[in-house]
Amino acid sequence: MMVERSLSAWWSALLIVLGGGALVAGAWMAAFAAPSVKEEKPVQFGLGGLDLTAHVNRTVGDVGTDIFDPDRYLTNFMEGDVSTLPDGRTLRTFHIFAVNREIEIAPGVYFPAWTFNGQVPGPTLRATEGERIRIFFKNQGDRPHSMHFHGIHKAEMDGALLSQLVPPNGDFVYEFDADPVGVHLYHCHATPLTLHIHNGLYGLWIVDPKEGRVPAQELFMIMNGFDTNFDEENEIYAVNTVAFHYARHPIEVVQGELVRIYLANILEFDQINSFHVHANFFDYYPTGTQKHPRDFTDTVILGQGERGILEIRFRYPGDYMFHAHKTEFAERGWMGLFRVLP
Amino acid sequence: MDGPLPRTTLKAMTMSDNEPKFSARTIILALVPLVLLGLVVYALLQRGPMAIFKTDLPPVENLHILRHTLAPDVINLDVVNAGPDVSTVAQVMVRGAFWQHQVSPRRSLKPLETARVSIPFPWNIGEPVEIILLTSTGVTFDYAIEVAALTPQPTLAALGRFALLGTYVGVIPVALGIAWFPFLRRLGRKAIGFLLYLTAGLLAFLVVDAVGEGLEAAGELPHVYHGEALLILGLVGAYLLLRGVEARARQKLAATASSAVVMAWLIALGIGLHNLGEGLAIGSAYVLGELGLGALLVIGFTLHNATEGIAIVAPILTEKARLRRLVGLGALAGGPTILGCWIGAFTYSQVWAVLFLGIGAGAIVQVIWAIVGRRPLAETVAPLNLAGLVVGYLIMYATGLLVGAA
Repeated sequence: MMVERSLSAWWSALLIVLGGGALVAGAWMAAFAAPSVKEEKPVQFGLGGLDLTAHVNRTVGDVGTDIFDPDRYLTNFMEGDVSTLPDGRTLRTFHIFAVNREIEIAPGVYFPAWTFNGQVPGPTLRATEGERIRIFFKNQGDRPHSMHFHGIHKAEMDGALLSQLVPPNGDFVYEFDADPVGVHLYHCHATPLTLHIHNGLYGLWIVDPKEGRVPAQELFMIMNGFDTNFDEENEIYAVNTVAFHYARHPIEVVQGELVRIYLANILEFDQINSFHVHANFFDYYPTGTQKHPRDFTDTVILGQGERGILEIRFRYPGDYMFHAHKTEFAERGWMGLFRVLP
Repeated sequence: MDGPLPRTTLKAMTMSDNEPKFSARTIILALVPLVLLGLVVYALLQRGPMAIFKTDLPPVENLHILRHTLAPDVINLDVVNAGPDVSTVAQVMVRGAFWQHQVSPRRSLKPLETARVSIPFPWNIGEPVEIILLTSTGVTFDYAIEVAALTPQPTLAALGRFALLGTYVGVIPVALGIAWFPFLRRLGRKAIGFLLYLTAGLLAFLVVDAVGEGLEAAGELPHVYHGEALLILGLVGAYLLLRGVEARARQKLAATASSAVVMAWLIALGIGLHNLGEGLAIGSAYVLGELGLGALLVIGFTLHNATEGIAIVAPILTEKARLRRLVGLGALAGGPTILGCWIGAFTYSQVWAVLFLGIGAGAIVQVIWAIVGRRPLAETVAPLNLAGLVVGYLIMYATGLLVGAA
């Protein structure tokens, strides 16, 4: 039915070798690319008899604490060098430098931060109402930076206008009175502002009343977050930088004894943040400026730059969660535990 | 038109007047550029100016999720590092929340290394699940499970279920098409010619379809796999191989079988390879929950693939009718659908799918060539035959509309 002329034997053999060879090469490539990994038996996450393996909302592993230890940050603060001025007032002198440093914000996740004194948050600075404050600031970073304090001071000490930015390798001496009483913030005010704050240039600035506060176990907390992929949304939320750190390492407090928390919100990109503690209520002093609490509650909502003092006595021993009541933040790292010891 | 080139022409192509001598000198001359190339690579790596290519930018990272599997309360992702630098899976988020997980064999992946991320997570059937891999540098890679469904395990029951699926969409339709054999035999010479060209039209549609799907699948692969090149490799390889096999078969079987029978087997083989690819797509889509195999879809496949049966028997309408041969042809053409369903359902890999789509397309190109390539142009462009080509293509197009999803 049709005219056929068959190919010669060697020609067809050549075709078979060529075609077969091409297919073998293709199959080799596909086999090379195809996943060939074996699954390991899932580990048990130590939740006792009930198998809740699939319900563990946590990061895996632990961060290195050589450079920055959230547990140390929680209770440490700088008092500065104390001397007396000719008029008899106390002078507190602080040395602060801005420097670029890579920090670990979740186990194995590194962030190229801009820091005060190599840590995020920067060191907590503390003084007593009415004292003279002198801060020697040196910019060791590669961008202009500044220190802008929330407090009452003269315009030239505001560290915010273009003319007030400190160039790389430059320095500046900030001088003002510790005023008013309360829990405040300091942060870089260079532009673009979101970038300079988000990258880590912020810290707590605390002014104690002359007469002091009732003795208590004092804790410092800054609610922050990190946009690791530059899409202007935070991947990681935390209190004191490291996601879930206090969930892995509960904060130990004593039953019935006063705990005072200096809390601030510096979170970028999200409108509000919040603090919620389980099974206990606290007295809340917005900005810490007034002697009487505004509220007795278990949840406060803070906008960016808002801060306050929480005073709490845990009634029963045991482990109590504290976290942002914006659960999205809690699930992304802003969650911790108080361990109340009897 | 066809057949080996005359010997003299071949000679003229490979040998010039001053014939090359393969002396030691020739070999050394051939090696010189290779040695130089080696030296340049060595120099670049050891003491070369590679530093000028380095920037302070973070490494370029590209983690690609090849596939997912779901077990009760466990999500597994197979990840490949498709980037040029080492990349480390530091943390995993599921539905926006950090989640406990394991990575085996290790978190740091060199280029082209694969790992399995196992996440114990209480996923719900039928819901989408969004997963984010966070690398050590904070880069995120998103992966969406469109509809969560238990990944079938290759149990006897599951094998049976997918065999049934393959039978419905592949085997039965082809068998139905072949069942036209007695009717088609009664047609005259002209009608049979029309049918052959109709077959070529049907097959041409399948080539277009396979290449389109192959390019789509290749585009979803990370660039490093060069999916398009793999598709073409499969296509050309299958074409050359079948061409050689066909020539061999003609020589060997000249005494026992007619060339029409050989062609029928070749068409069946080509369609079988195509159906293997189709089975892969159906099996994996079904497992990934991307294909709701409703009654309409199965009917669509049946109509679509029934025409393939006509294609197989078209060349042998004037041959002696043998039931065993018809069954064999049908099995060769339709059976691979079942195999494809199994592979697609249980060990799906997009890379393999691309290769198979290429092979299927190449096999069918060869079959089309075998049907119409040897015929004189005057016959091909005869109105009735041209009409056959176009009608065949249109039939496939129309029935293909019923199989929108596949």
